[in-house]
Amino acid sequence: MAFSAFASTPAAAGPVVRRRSWIALVLLLPGILYLLLFFITPLISLVFTSFQQPVINGDIGQYSAGFQWSNYTDSVVQYLPLILRAFGYALLATLLALVISYPLAYFIGVKVRGFPLVQSLLLTLVIAPFFISFLLRTLAWKQIMSDEGPIVVGLKALSIFPSDGHITGTPFAVIFGLTYNFIPFMTLPLYATLERLDVRFIEAGNDLYASPFTTFRKITVPLSLPGIVSGTLLTFIPAAGDYINASGDFLGSAQTSMVGNAIESNFLVTQNYPVAAALSIVLMAVILIIVGFYVRRAGTEDLI
Amino acid sequence: MPLERPQDPMLIQAIRHSQAMQRARQLNLTRRGFLGAVGLGAGALALAACAPVTATQKALTPAADLSATQKTLIWDNWPGYMDEDDAGANPTLDAFRTQTGLDVTYNVAVDDNNTYYAKVKDQLALGQDIGADTVCLTDWMVSRLVRLGYIQDLDHANMPNLANMNASFANPDFDPGRAKSVPWQGGFAGICWNKEKVPNGLKSIDDLWSADLKGRVGVLSEMRDTIGLIMLNQGTDITGDWADDKFTNAMDVFTKHVSEGQIRNIKGNQYLNDLQSEDTYAAICWSGDITSLNATAGDKWQFAIPDSGGTLWNDTFVVPMGSAHKANAESVMNYYYEPEVAATLAAWVNYISPVDGAKEAMDAIDPELATNQLIFPDADTLSSVHVFRTLSAQEENDFGAQFQKVLLGS
Repeated sequence: MAFSAFASTPAAAGPVVRRRSWIALVLLLPGILYLLLFFITPLISLVFTSFQQPVINGDIGQYSAGFQWSNYTDSVVQYLPLILRAFGYALLATLLALVISYPLAYFIGVKVRGFPLVQSLLLTLVIAPFFISFLLRTLAWKQIMSDEGPIVVGLKALSIFPSDGHITGTPFAVIFGLTYNFIPFMTLPLYATLERLDVRFIEAGNDLYASPFTTFRKITVPLSLPGIVSGTLLTFIPAAGDYINASGDFLGSAQTSMVGNAIESNFLVTQNYPVAAALSIVLMAVILIIVGFYVRRAGTEDLI
Repeated sequence: MPLERPQDPMLIQAIRHSQAMQRARQLNLTRRGFLGAVGLGAGALALAACAPVTATQKALTPAADLSATQKTLIWDNWPGYMDEDDAGANPTLDAFRTQTGLDVTYNVAVDDNNTYYAKVKDQLALGQDIGADTVCLTDWMVSRLVRLGYIQDLDHANMPNLANMNASFANPDFDPGRAKSVPWQGGFAGICWNKEKVPNGLKSIDDLWSADLKGRVGVLSEMRDTIGLIMLNQGTDITGDWADDKFTNAMDVFTKHVSEGQIRNIKGNQYLNDLQSEDTYAAICWSGDITSLNATAGDKWQFAIPDSGGTLWNDTFVVPMGSAHKANAESVMNYYYEPEVAATLAAWVNYISPVDGAKEAMDAIDPELATNQLIFPDADTLSSVHVFRTLSAQEENDFGAQFQKVLLGS
C-alpha cells in the first residue's frame, strides 16, 4: 500500500460516491464550525492585527486599524537572526531525532515483532515521558546540565571541558532540548510504518545479493518513507515555533532566542501586537512553503 | 464555550500547566488555558483575536459594589507574600476571615507584572471583572493602570488604619494622597553574591563586571531594577527628570555585558534557581528573597545595596473597575495596616512594611528582625535607595522595546 506514494498517477480512489448525502454534511458540520470559530476567525483577526498602526500619542499596547506594511518589513529585519536560528535549530533537532528514532522504531517494529509483550513494553517506554509535564522534564534537564550539575562537573574533572565552560544557555542545550522533547513524535509514526514493513522484501533483497546497506536504502527506507515524512513534519513544525526550550527560564539564553521567543515577548511584554502578529504570519508562511516543497520532493502528497 | 481537547499529548501537558498557573475561573478557564498552551501557532492567533482593534475608549465606571450582600473577596498576589505556618495555613489571613466572616480567596497568581497585565488587559479595558477583586502589582504598573483609568477610587473612610501608613509612601507621583492605591509590601533591588564563591564580596555594580565573574552574573528582567541600578552607578538620579540619553547610556553597558557573556541570565523570580544551582555566583536581586533563600538553602548568600544606591519599589493594592467587592477589598487593606498584623506578616515575608508602628510591634515578636534594615529601613538606608521615576506612555513603549531587544539578543 505504501507503494501508492510513488505511483505516477493518483491511485484509484475506489468507487466514486456521486450522491452527496446530507448526513455526510451534518457530520462535517461540527468540524467546520470548530475550524471557523477557532482557526479562521483568529487567523483573520491576526492578519488585521498585523497591519495595525500605533495610535498617535497612544498608550502602551494601543493600536488602531490601518494598513501598515512596514510591520512586516520591520519585524523581519529586526528578527531575521531569530527566524533563521529557529529554522536552523529545528532542522538540526529534526535530523537528530530521526537518527535516534529510526533504529529505535525499527527495533520495536521489526526486530521484536514476534514478542508483542516486549513490543508494548518498549512502546510504553517511548511514551512514558508524557506522563510528566514537558515543562518539568525540561527544567529537570536544566538542573542536570547546570554548571554545578553532574555533566559539567564530570566533564571538567576529565579536563574535556574548559573550566569556564557551561552547557545551559548554549545552542547545544536548546537543540538537545528540542530533540529530546520531540523524539516520541518522530518515533511513533516511524513505528507505525515499520511495524507493517513486509520483511519478505528484505529477504528478497538479500537473496538477490544486495548488501544490507543497499537493501536498507532501496527497500526499507522507501517503504518507511510515509513514517519519515510524517515524523519529520511532526517534529520540525512545532520545533520551529517552540519558545520553551530556547527561553532563558529553561535551556536557553539571550544568545539562543528563537522567533517564538520574539513573538511571546512582543505579545506579552512590550504589548506590540502588530509586530507579534506579523512575525506569527511570517513564521506560518515560511513553514508552509518549506513543508510544501518537502512534501512534493518526498512525493507523498497523497499520504498526508 | 466548551473547547475540544486537543489530542496532541504535548499540548495536553502544556494546557495542564497553564491551567495550573491560573485559578479556575469558569468561563475564562478553557479559553485562557488554550491560549497559554498552544503558545505559538494557534496561541498567537487567538491572542491576536483578543488584541484591541481600536484604542478609543470611553471613561470606565466602577462596578456596583455588592460587598454588603456578598461576603467574598478574591485577591491575587505574588508568591512568598503571605505568612504561612508549618501546616501551610496563613495565620494573619485566617484571623481576618474569622474576624470579618469574609470568604477570602487568596491566589498566588502574579509572577510578572507584564504577563499578568497581558492576561487581564482586555477585561480591564472594558471595565469587566478580571477574576480578582483586588490585586497587588508593582507601583510602575499601578501607575499605568491609573493613567489608563482602569482602577477604582478607594474610600478612605473604610480604612481608618491607613493613618498608620508611613509618610514616605503617602504621596507617590502617580497617585497623590493614595486615592486609588494602597502599598502592600516593598523592597530594594541590590546585589547579592554567593559567599563561598565570591569570598571578598561585592560593593558596587562595577564589581559585577569583573573578569572572575564572567558568565556567572544574573540580572533581573524587571527593567526598572536592572537598568535603574546601572543608571545609579553612572551617577544618574533615577528619581529625577532624567533625559533619554541617561537611559541609553545604561542600556549600552547592559547590552555590552549581555553580548560579551558577562551576564549569564536575565530573569524574573526564577533567578533564585540559578543562584541555588550555582549557574550564577552573583546577581542583581530583590532584598527579601535572599533572606528566604538563606533560610531554605543554607546560609550561603549575602545581599547589599550597591554603594551607588539601590532601587526601591512597592507592590501595591488596586481594585479594578470591574470588581464588585470594593468595600471587602478595603476591609482587607485596612486589616493589614494594623501594626501587629503588619509585623507578623513582615516577620515571615522579610520585605519592607509600609506600616508605622509595625517596628514596635515587631520588638515583641523578634527584636532582631526589628533592626533588620531590609524590613524596617532607617533614614540612612532609605537615603541610599531610590524610586525609578514614573515613565510616560511613550517612554514605556520605547524603553521597554529597547530592553526586550537585548533580552532576545536581537
